[in-house]
Amino acid sequence: MLKLDKISKVYRIGTFGGKELHAVSNASFDVKDGEVVSLIGESGSGKTTIGKMILRLLSISSGTIIFNGVDISTLKGGALKDYYRNVQGVFQDPFSSYNPIFKADRIFRIIKEEFFPEIKGPEWNNKVSSSLEAVGLNPDDVLNKFPHQLSGGQLQRFLIARALLLDIQFLVADEIISMLDASRRIDVLNLLADLKSRGLSILFITHDLSLGYYISERAVILYRGCVVEMGSTGRIYDNPLHPYTKMLMASVPRLDKKWEEVEVDLRAMQAELSRGCVYYERCPVADKNESCERQRPTLLEAESDHFVACRCYAKE
Amino acid sequence: MSLQVENLTVYYQTLRGDVRALESATFSVEDGEIMGLAGESGCGKTTLANSLIFLTPPMRFVEGLVELDNEELPVWDAERMNDFRFKKISIIPQYAMNAMNPTRKIGKMTSELLESRKVDFKTTLPELKRRLDLVELSHDVLNMYPIELSGGMKQRMVMVLSTLMNPSLLIADEITSALDVASQKAVAEMLVEFRSRECCNSVIVISHDLSILYQIADTILIMYAGQLAEKASTEVIIHSPRHPYTKLLISSLPKVGVKYAEKRLIAIPGSPPLLLDPPVGCRFRERCPVAFEKCPEEPPFLEIEKGHFVACWKVFEENA
Amino acid sequence: MMQLKKRSEILYFALRNNKLKVGLAVLLFFVVLTLVGPLFTDYAPYDYIGPIAQPPSSEFWFGTTTFGQDVYTQFVLGLRATFLVGIVGGGLGTLIGIVVGFTAGYRGGIVDEMLNMLTNIVLVIPTLAILLIIAAYLTVRGILVESIFIGCTAWPWAARAIRAQTFSLRSREFVDLARMSGMKPWKIIFTQIAPNMMSYLLLVFILQFGGAVLAAATLDFIGLGPTNAVSLGLMMNYAVLWGALIFGVWWWFVPPGLAIMAIVGALYVTNVGLDEVFNPKLREM
Repeated sequence: MLKLDKISKVYRIGTFGGKELHAVSNASFDVKDGEVVSLIGESGSGKTTIGKMILRLLSISSGTIIFNGVDISTLKGGALKDYYRNVQGVFQDPFSSYNPIFKADRIFRIIKEEFFPEIKGPEWNNKVSSSLEAVGLNPDDVLNKFPHQLSGGQLQRFLIARALLLDIQFLVADEIISMLDASRRIDVLNLLADLKSRGLSILFITHDLSLGYYISERAVILYRGCVVEMGSTGRIYDNPLHPYTKMLMASVPRLDKKWEEVEVDLRAMQAELSRGCVYYERCPVADKNESCERQRPTLLEAESDHFVACRCYAKE
Repeated sequence: MSLQVENLTVYYQTLRGDVRALESATFSVEDGEIMGLAGESGCGKTTLANSLIFLTPPMRFVEGLVELDNEELPVWDAERMNDFRFKKISIIPQYAMNAMNPTRKIGKMTSELLESRKVDFKTTLPELKRRLDLVELSHDVLNMYPIELSGGMKQRMVMVLSTLMNPSLLIADEITSALDVASQKAVAEMLVEFRSRECCNSVIVISHDLSILYQIADTILIMYAGQLAEKASTEVIIHSPRHPYTKLLISSLPKVGVKYAEKRLIAIPGSPPLLLDPPVGCRFRERCPVAFEKCPEEPPFLEIEKGHFVACWKVFEENA
Repeated sequence: MMQLKKRSEILYFALRNNKLKVGLAVLLFFVVLTLVGPLFTDYAPYDYIGPIAQPPSSEFWFGTTTFGQDVYTQFVLGLRATFLVGIVGGGLGTLIGIVVGFTAGYRGGIVDEMLNMLTNIVLVIPTLAILLIIAAYLTVRGILVESIFIGCTAWPWAARAIRAQTFSLRSREFVDLARMSGMKPWKIIFTQIAPNMMSYLLLVFILQFGGAVLAAATLDFIGLGPTNAVSLGLMMNYAVLWGALIFGVWWWFVPPGLAIMAIVGALYVTNVGLDEVFNPKLREM
């Protein structure tokens, strides 16, 4: 359904834009129909940038994004609006996603004005009610209220209901539960999983490994803008191959086992990316004589449905 | 007994009345114990931490007794607490690493901090350097500006500063939340190391993330809506909790190894009560699956077995 | 229900804010004077109707000028001119500031940089020099021309302030959501961003109004004002020019001077008061 091909995002910074900041470098992955893919990375990995590029909220510096066969990287006007009928996004902060001076259901009204101008009142109200029920909200409880009168979980589900009004095929969910209370998170997560079983494809962006495992079939591990490992969730979690993924799996605090010993270098990192492997500075198995410093490794298939960008697996 | 707290009650004064943020908290922290303090947002954990060390308006001390090493702490008097702060009880506040003055070199900031506490910088310098070695920071750090350090390095610097005077009790408020995974692990493990090397005696670690507490804490205290719910060793809290809230909370957390397709997790329905006018008695009873007639009376925080405290009438009933 | 509560919360604080009350009271007094004052006089401002340099009396409430003109007539008609300049000049300045500020704040990038350059250039242009040149070319100038000129040179402050606010609002996610709903940029600015800034825009207008009044008074006083009208600044200009200071004809320049001070002062005090009302953090608990 969605295919990213060598996507990059480069910012010009410094005086007169002399320096370049590579937020995303040559990222490629795809999401099939009815699939949930987790995009996993820490802050600064570029995962939100990728999400925004897919949603066309940021311009794409190079590469193409193909949705159902159409290159959407340069769409404008009416074609872009059609794209939004199929692809929508939900973001991290539920309270920032609403204009505080308007009621929460104003967002539905905007959808109606922009996408369904001819629909009559009662028919629209029915549509809204069934959308709300599909996300587990009672229309009488949540309509006609201001954002600060609703909880974070309700607001996030409201946003998903808005996306459903358009009958979308693809949803970009960027850290949508990290700002919710722990006891309420699982509700929204279960909702996403329910929607998936009804045919929705989801790109689930998160830094939390356990969430990625809970909900997705495939995972993409991102480090400083580059895809370092990709494949089926089970394979990656059981047998991480890239040194970064190994470090991640061992260092993330878990509730089922204690931390293992793993070697980690904690120097402050350089701001500019080297030409070589993006994990070179911290990698315990980087080889100075080999290509690690000079050449960026490409994503290669190490085993079935399990891709790694590391020279250790290049010879397979 | 390192820290003993009895019936500590602290409210916030607002235009609309008192917000009852902390109600009758009674617990203790032993010598050398690392106690995790966990709960959702608004449960009162930061209020509890602040009231032990820096109780200022709009917080209002209502009643309670706090003793550290058998000496009473005058927590209601911010002036008198000056003598204890930093020396006997110390805190690493949330976002401390972002609060460092960006126009001051770290060394200068440290010396200013120590002078304000009437501690001589020069005599403390060798010990400071030893601590820097302990956290794997080079001595050059003292000559750098905060912006030159990474998040993890700044956090470690703050940890060194807060424990320089070997406080008896250290409170660490969400010290790992803004860090990347590798730094998070290093900082958390360093906290344990501090305790082992007696840079501090006992530690209260505040975190909303139970998995971090599982890794480093000896015991965990769970709070809900300003009341204490359960306190026990980490293993017991995570694997065999008794309080209904703790049970539901633990079972609603996603863990690696649990897939939606195999086992669907369940959230706790409803939401925590507003503390402006909270329900009388146990504040969890409106969402509790086993609430019964005794619950409108506030349950005491009792020891049901060695080292395991719960505040729940149902649990008392089961035990009797 | 909460919207009502918020409005009444604003009203609650507004009714209790002393600066707001005092400022508005002073302004109201002058507005009333402007509206009804001229009804009490039958003269035209520059008619020679009375004895020369008479101090205030029951016949001529503010006395007469060294030409025998009625100071009171000049004063109340001058007030009208002053308010006109404030509204037109201040309004024009705010309008241009809005257009430039919103565009620069929303678009960012190269558009923002170019508009910033424009703003800085206009800010730095010595308005006095330009005025002198204009004065040399236009021998007949009216209040309207003066107002337009003031508006066209005062907008940079408004543009800067509005741009900053727009920047911060634009990065909020509800703007992203509006974009994903297919809304056009101008619609987003006016239906999503501007309503959030209404109190801010009001404050900007008040400051522009005050600034315009002051600028007009200054220009008039040094002789670059309108050639065929009466305004408070012009009164002071003529007073000094025709020897009021030497002959002690204080009633000719003191009323207009005090009036300008009072109006501009009241505007600024109202501004501070409103800021306190709208911004909870500034209120003293």
